[in-house]
Amino acid sequence: MTALIETSGVRKAYGEFVALDGVTLSIGEGELVSIVGPNGAGKTTLVNVLTGLLKPTGGVVRFKGQDIAGIGPVLLAQRGMARAFQLVHIFPQLTVRETIAVAAISQARKGLNLFASVAKDERLRERAREVAAIFGLEGKLDSQAALLSQGEKKLLDIASAFALAPEVILLDEPTSGVSSADKHGIMRNVVDAARRAGVKAIILVEHDMDLVAEYSSRIVALQAGRVLADRPPAEFFADPEIIAAIVGKRVGRLANEA
Amino acid sequence: MRIAFVIAAIVALAAFPKLATPYYVTLVLPAFAYGIALLGFNLLFGYTGLLSFGHALFVAIGAYGAAVASSKLGIKSFELILLLSGSAAVAVAIPVALLSVRYVRIFFGILTLAFGMLFHSFLFKFYDITGGDTGIRVLRPTLFGNAFADLDKTTFLIGPFYYYCLGLLVVFGLLMWRIVRSPFGLHLLAIRENSRKAEYLGVRVRFFRLVAFLISALYCAVGGTILAINVGQADPELAYWTHSGELVFMTVLGGFTSFLGPLVGAFSFIFLKSELMGATQYWRFWLGAILVLIVVLFPQGLVGVGRTLWDKVRRK
Repeated sequence: MTALIETSGVRKAYGEFVALDGVTLSIGEGELVSIVGPNGAGKTTLVNVLTGLLKPTGGVVRFKGQDIAGIGPVLLAQRGMARAFQLVHIFPQLTVRETIAVAAISQARKGLNLFASVAKDERLRERAREVAAIFGLEGKLDSQAALLSQGEKKLLDIASAFALAPEVILLDEPTSGVSSADKHGIMRNVVDAARRAGVKAIILVEHDMDLVAEYSSRIVALQAGRVLADRPPAEFFADPEIIAAIVGKRVGRLANEA
Repeated sequence: MRIAFVIAAIVALAAFPKLATPYYVTLVLPAFAYGIALLGFNLLFGYTGLLSFGHALFVAIGAYGAAVASSKLGIKSFELILLLSGSAAVAVAIPVALLSVRYVRIFFGILTLAFGMLFHSFLFKFYDITGGDTGIRVLRPTLFGNAFADLDKTTFLIGPFYYYCLGLLVVFGLLMWRIVRSPFGLHLLAIRENSRKAEYLGVRVRFFRLVAFLISALYCAVGGTILAINVGQADPELAYWTHSGELVFMTVLGGFTSFLGPLVGAFSFIFLKSELMGATQYWRFWLGAILVLIVVLFPQGLVGVGRTLWDKVRRK
């Protein structure tokens, strides 16, 4: 197994506050690694470091062997990592076809082509159809993104990231804001799509332990900026101490609220 | 429908000098000039989502380019003058854009406004170079090497120069039509709609904004060159912020959400202004009132009004 993403001793401090404190992990081909942990454990910071958005205070972060500390979203996309956000990010007035085309054009590095026609580019149209079909959006190719349902917007957001033909895709709570009945549908869709599109690894940030248990090949638990556990799901959920630290808190809080 | 409308408009404009009095024909020349300038302006405003309050700067560079080239450098060829003015505008636009496109919304607007005022005071104060408040004369250029020496000034302007500018409008219009439908144009729309998402899809947001800015500056300079030749003078008023405001006014009047909106805006504004100025000394008041009505009732401008009417007619 070759490592696609590696971090070693990653530290991120904001003044006195240490958000990440020596995080070392490695993500290889064929894996779906979930990052879990209570609020404030450093998940978001870690994700931002892994995607080159934040430069760590110490340690290294590598993607395909290259240092990606703070390279920013554009270079990250060009090197083959895509990211979809927790909140839906779409282009409201663009159609599904156009949205996917934006990614396909940037992936082909054809954005500076000033005089070609997008509408008449058959390869681009085919690519948009192909990606839309994976996510069940082929019937909505000419619909404006703003007019899609919430679930469809979410799918479009993820579909456009897939259109970059990434090797790694990072999903930040892909099912947030979606009804629990649809959650599994979306996850299955995304995992299937990833396999078909040749995505080599998926990083998932998720609160829903059902989804984490069902889809992960490995689970990384963070607590107070450190890696508390890094195990396959079966071992992870068999350890009562970890469950108490990560899941217990949530269950406890939910119980209090109820 | 749109193609038929455009062809009809071109035919009507080509026939116009034969049908109308010279006064009205000379009014069309600034409309051509603003039409070209606003096509560029709206690439930045309507398509990229950046509203500049300083683009008169580039119109003025076009005008002063024509003035310096014809009066001081003795260059007579209109083609060469266009090339010089356009290059000068792009050269000035590079540093201006590098600073401005780091910002969006009102911050972008204010920064472009500041650059415009800076250039205006340069034109105004550096008397030796710019001629101060009187500006510089612009001499009649040759078109494709032809001086048309037997024609008097008005006959030249409403004759060969008119058709040349109509040709420029068509050519620059077609180019812009291609640009907004190109991969580049789609990236601009994505930036306007959600620049963060665009970045994560690998779009170099600032760089694309910069390129759009340079194209808009080039179009404005071409417009400014035509304006200056029509008037025969380049003066600092061209760079004044109210002139930048007029560019915004025309674009909103015609409708910034459509490709043809700025062209409709340019033509309507020129004729509206000329009619209002003839009818009342309070023409600024009436222009302002019209803008308020447009923004409140028809945010899609005159093109939006036209579309609504057309839909009603078709349904009946």
